[in-house]
Amino acid sequence: MTFWLLLTVNSITFGGLLFLLSAGFSLIFGLMRIPNLTHGSLFMLGAYFGATFAAGYAGIGLNFWVAAVVSALLVAVFGGLIERLLLRRLPGEQLAQVLVTLGISFMIADLCLMGWGGDPISVATPSWLAGFARLGPLVFPIYRLAVILLAIVVAIVLWLMLDRTRLGAMIRAGVDDPEMARVVGIRVSGLFTIVFALGAGLAGFAGMIGTPILSVYPGLDQDMLPLALVVVILGGTGSLLGSFVGSMIIGLIYNFGQALLPELAYFVLFLPMLLVLVLLPQGLFGRQVP
Amino acid sequence: MAMHRRTLLKSLGISAALATVKAPYVHAQGAAFKLGLLTVKTGPLAQGGIQMEQGTVTYLKEKNYTFAGRKVEFISADTGGNPAGAKTKAQELVEREHVDVILGPLAAFELLAITDYIAQAKTPLLSLAAAEDLTQRRPNPYYLRASATSAQAMHPMADYAAKEMKLKRIMTISEDFAFGYEQMGGFQQTFEDNGGKIVKKLWPPIVTPDYTPYLAQISDCDGVCQGFAGSNPLRFMKQYADFGLKLPVVGGETAGDDALLRSLGDEAIGMYSCCPYTIDLDTDSNKRFIAAMQKDYGVDPGFYAAGLYVSCQVVEAGLQATGGKPDDKQAFMKALKSVSLAETPRGPIKFDHFGNVIGDFYVRRCERSGGKLVNKTVKTYKNVSQFWTYDEQKFLAQPVYSRDFPPLKN
Repeated sequence: MTFWLLLTVNSITFGGLLFLLSAGFSLIFGLMRIPNLTHGSLFMLGAYFGATFAAGYAGIGLNFWVAAVVSALLVAVFGGLIERLLLRRLPGEQLAQVLVTLGISFMIADLCLMGWGGDPISVATPSWLAGFARLGPLVFPIYRLAVILLAIVVAIVLWLMLDRTRLGAMIRAGVDDPEMARVVGIRVSGLFTIVFALGAGLAGFAGMIGTPILSVYPGLDQDMLPLALVVVILGGTGSLLGSFVGSMIIGLIYNFGQALLPELAYFVLFLPMLLVLVLLPQGLFGRQVP
Repeated sequence: MAMHRRTLLKSLGISAALATVKAPYVHAQGAAFKLGLLTVKTGPLAQGGIQMEQGTVTYLKEKNYTFAGRKVEFISADTGGNPAGAKTKAQELVEREHVDVILGPLAAFELLAITDYIAQAKTPLLSLAAAEDLTQRRPNPYYLRASATSAQAMHPMADYAAKEMKLKRIMTISEDFAFGYEQMGGFQQTFEDNGGKIVKKLWPPIVTPDYTPYLAQISDCDGVCQGFAGSNPLRFMKQYADFGLKLPVVGGETAGDDALLRSLGDEAIGMYSCCPYTIDLDTDSNKRFIAAMQKDYGVDPGFYAAGLYVSCQVVEAGLQATGGKPDDKQAFMKALKSVSLAETPRGPIKFDHFGNVIGDFYVRRCERSGGKLVNKTVKTYKNVSQFWTYDEQKFLAQPVYSRDFPPLKN
């Protein structure tokens, strides 16, 4: 009983972390149709920045949450630059975009290895969230419960932004029909930079939020990217609800798949992606791409 | 390194031609002794790979790049941590650089990719990679292992867990690949021979961001044996502590590597690990080695750096024995296998007739001392061979340790 309960709660936490990672990926893919293969690297970069600030750099040690926000901002700026300087030059050329983003991810991996070395770095859980909660027979780390809350807060903020603000309306218009949006006077190219930076920043933020659980090490980028891909393909691109539901489903499949069928852990993880691609190419909540 | 790559590119055409013709290569009088290293400087295995190169260079510097009166030329190649890369770089070292000895590679699957080629090219190879059968049931005459087989440290660890820690029921968890199977197989065999019982064996994939699905299955036991490598021990121990698990943890050389301690936190306190090298071995040779590593690289050496440092000592001693002439490969190989050293950072070593090391193994307990984590040796097992206390013939007659061998007794 405890076993099932523990795995269920953990599925939701892991889903929360996946949502933070994949929401930006989904927005970028939905609006710009760019399969951004640097997304895992942005996650790792956020984790490295955050870990460095939290540990103290040049005599200034930041609070865990401040470090997370600062590293998210840095990664957002970095993402904005990638869009402005590189991807802008390759409109509509998906193959070129895939190759460029893949290339950048390799470069980031090597630069991180140069800068931070090969040793894994762990980040201490913020002290007021350390320890574990007891719910009957169940023992569960408090920090992971906080990650669920955080994912829900981020989801609500993103939803309000997309649903209730002018910027959100423009982004939705751009996702639905970029040509028509241009015709009615929306600067879609400006939106691209904002969305890319926002997506990158979210990935960087998720990276730091993930460090007390995952730590940060060379190769973290390649571990996380497939998870973001599978979430977005399952949930549908450009859909916030899709990312959220997709993350939770993948969280469940990941946890129960590994516990019950460890030999088939990856098979089970990617099977729903295959089925969705074959039967429902736009994903569970995605819109038909024109 | 950069220089070397550039020259390589320029002469790519020429080298390809040379390689196909296989021009006989003769050492000029006074030519340098060429030492090649296959290591990993990029990707997830880089932590160990970088330490391998640091350990090698530390020894070369100490000897002023001179072995047995001959100048040593050091050529380092990055395999990228994959079998195809290992094969390409091994060929490059042999056919283009004409190295006399190859050190490395790091991982068992890299070693398996090049073992046949090495035997055919007759180039002595000294690697840390633990693939058991290369010094057991499928021996490669040109292969020498100065570190340990996968199970070599796990036999004494299991002995200690059963006899000194008085553990009775243990659950094992390790990566789902050969190194994990071989470690846990060795642990199981010795632990069960001493009256213990392995309750369950868990095999998470190499890439497992979250170990919770496995941690949730730990129950009905009084201890856990983990065989993780690379950066995985760090994540496993953190998550183990996060879930409030308090059972004692034991592990092997990669699980409790000294070089990993600076990345670990309080969650590692109390963990036991058995390793062919320990940083607290109080000998002159070890102190010299540690001081040099700390001075040049600002890091504590671990098992990977020490393994390569010792391998270099073996190469030097072998070269000395042949009077500085490595060209007769069979004689050189024989000399290498006959090397017996009293003073190395890991203590005295010699080799068995398969070319695998016989040396001391240290069981350590992780503690916090003076603000940092240290492994303190609690027991030293002297002169441990890859066959532990088992009869060699009987040991070789059983299958190599695997996922299903020895089977669970339920």
